Amino acid sequence: MAKPRIAFFDFAGCEGDQLQIANLEERLLDILGHVEVVSFREVATGHSDDYDVAFIEGSITRPEDEIRLKEIRKNAKVLVALGACAAIGGINCLKNFLAENVYREEVYGNSARWFSTYAARPLKSVVTVDAEIPGCPIDPAEFARITKELLLGRTPWIPDFPVCVECKQAGNVCRYEMGRMCLGIITRAGCKAACVSQGAHCWGCRGLVPGANLDAARIVMDRPGTSRKAIQDLLRFFLGDTGAAL
Amino acid sequence: MAKTPAKTATAKPKKAKSPATPVSVPENVPGPKKVRVHYLTRVEGHGNIVVDVEADGTVSTCRWEVPEAPRFFEAMLVGRDYTDVHHIVSRICGICAIGHQLASLQATEDALNINVSEQTHLLRRLALHAENLQSHLLHIAYLVLPDLMGVDSILPLAQTHKEAVLKFIGARRVSNEFSRLICGRTTHPQRMTPGGFTMFPSTEDLVTLRGMLVDTLPNLDFAVDFFAGLMDKFPKFERETEYVALVSPSEYAMYWGEIGSSRDERRPVRQYRNVTREYIIPTSTAKWTKNQGESYMVGALARFNLNADFLMPRAKAAAKKLGLKKGETNPFLITIAQLVECVHTVEEAITQVDELLIRGIREEAPARPSISAGRGAGAVEVPRGILFHFYEYDDNGRIFQADCVIPTNQNHANIQRDLDALVPQLSGLSEKELELKLSMLVRAYDPCISCSTHCIDARGLDDGARSLVRFNRK
Repeated sequence: MAKPRIAFFDFAGCEGDQLQIANLEERLLDILGHVEVVSFREVATGHSDDYDVAFIEGSITRPEDEIRLKEIRKNAKVLVALGACAAIGGINCLKNFLAENVYREEVYGNSARWFSTYAARPLKSVVTVDAEIPGCPIDPAEFARITKELLLGRTPWIPDFPVCVECKQAGNVCRYEMGRMCLGIITRAGCKAACVSQGAHCWGCRGLVPGANLDAARIVMDRPGTSRKAIQDLLRFFLGDTGAAL
Repeated sequence: MAKTPAKTATAKPKKAKSPATPVSVPENVPGPKKVRVHYLTRVEGHGNIVVDVEADGTVSTCRWEVPEAPRFFEAMLVGRDYTDVHHIVSRICGICAIGHQLASLQATEDALNINVSEQTHLLRRLALHAENLQSHLLHIAYLVLPDLMGVDSILPLAQTHKEAVLKFIGARRVSNEFSRLICGRTTHPQRMTPGGFTMFPSTEDLVTLRGMLVDTLPNLDFAVDFFAGLMDKFPKFERETEYVALVSPSEYAMYWGEIGSSRDERRPVRQYRNVTREYIIPTSTAKWTKNQGESYMVGALARFNLNADFLMPRAKAAAKKLGLKKGETNPFLITIAQLVECVHTVEEAITQVDELLIRGIREEAPARPSISAGRGAGAVEVPRGILFHFYEYDDNGRIFQADCVIPTNQNHANIQRDLDALVPQLSGLSEKELELKLSMLVRAYDPCISCSTHCIDARGLDDGARSLVRFNRK
């Protein structure tokens, strides 16, 4: 059987997710033994339009991005959104809360109208996405697992419960017990509560868990010592393209 | 082992049928000019080299263009609380996330009068070392080495030079483990916060780290010997330019210092705009910078040229073995300066881990700010050069205005000047040789174009995924 041909593409993003794949180090060589990489611009010369699986990083931020994405969709049998920017719009959507002329001028001053841009959006706003590997950055182990499932022809599964479940397993003290805010209550698990376990809180980079109760979450967050503005800040951090952000 | 992408790659590009690629452009261009598309790969982000070739084969001009999608980070920061800012700017670049966080924290702490402990400084210095090692090794082994060995990627080398590749990969794994132990992870680390850290490595972590670093030194020696045997593969090229980097009276400045230059006086970081002097040009796409000359260079070679006297002993020996001397003017050797820095970084990190072990690690709460309006600047040396963040905060500790000047943007003008100077050497070369030489030059700068917070797509035609060397043949 011919090896599946895989390709990597990127739109507006930091390419940190492709770096996580490079960071699989020796395990990367194992995975590469089972596939043929036809395009991985970050680490290899060469490109082909003949591929089975397309991994795509980054958000769509310009009309011409859509044309290119649709072309990739046409070529790929399986299209995978890699990371928060591709899967849920992520940090790029912060600019969507500013008026377009404001953010253009803030950065470019007099040259504000030299280039094209529009509201940042995830891949699924433009094309059908077959699988998501969420997170900012992605978890390399989850990438390896999902890629394996795709290569076996299965529909990959990602956790459909909130970060709180893994956070309890990790033995962390709840941030709300500490008088802090945290989005673990509405965020899809799969990161092993990576940020809470490092002393921080959850920013929601893996997107909303299916059936997230946003009204209840707002009640939990809205308590003495926090401001509505702080809640809004947190919900806009990665979730700007979802119903969570106001 | 996967079949290398090489075979398909050389055959396919010209057949690329995607309407989104500029391949279809030539038919619409009047006159005899032809445009051919090639891919400049193994760089971060998207960049093009456009080459104009006369009918007789002489190369008339080369242009460096950056069509990366702009992301508007400086605008996204407006109105954000000081506790979030470094986590947002971290997302500017997945490779230099730690450096962006550090420059950001420095600017915030400068603006809001937060004084952090010596332990915090030591841990942050270590985080910066971890990132430099990680990024340099990625560039040296994965991105540049294939050119020197005449292959398309590191994958074929895993078979032909297995020992070397495993040593490089092993050293990179150490670098990632290094950042995991100090700040949580390599990309977008979680532990750093204004005023300090939210979590600390344990004594056992530091002992483990020390062991790993000590074990890495022989691997780096091996790498130095390996590259010493490849020095003749680097193109011969010299062009003196202005070198800009942080300088300090007592160390090889990475974490802080003053802005130093080979042609200009030293300036405090807050005066960075007098050095960077950003400007926009319509044909290319990022903001460019210039200081005393038409362009200046930042990065490992600039640091080496200004600060080589402060290198640790083993790094000095490595530089000697590689034949790298202060005042080197060949930009192709930036990679070699990076290799010397890898040795330095590991040596210095070992002494800093020792210092932490002697002091004993304390779990301290982050220092608190006194929130009032203020301005602050931060500068650190990230793998690709000096990085500036400048913030103005309002009375509520929210950003009023932000400015980030990224190393790659500071190098754009210098890359262009190098290309100009390289043109006379290019005539008569085949398209393949041209492509290799030009790509090698740009790749030497390790351009991290995804970093470029403010880039403009003036062409509006790019296909984004494919960085390219483009030939205009008359």
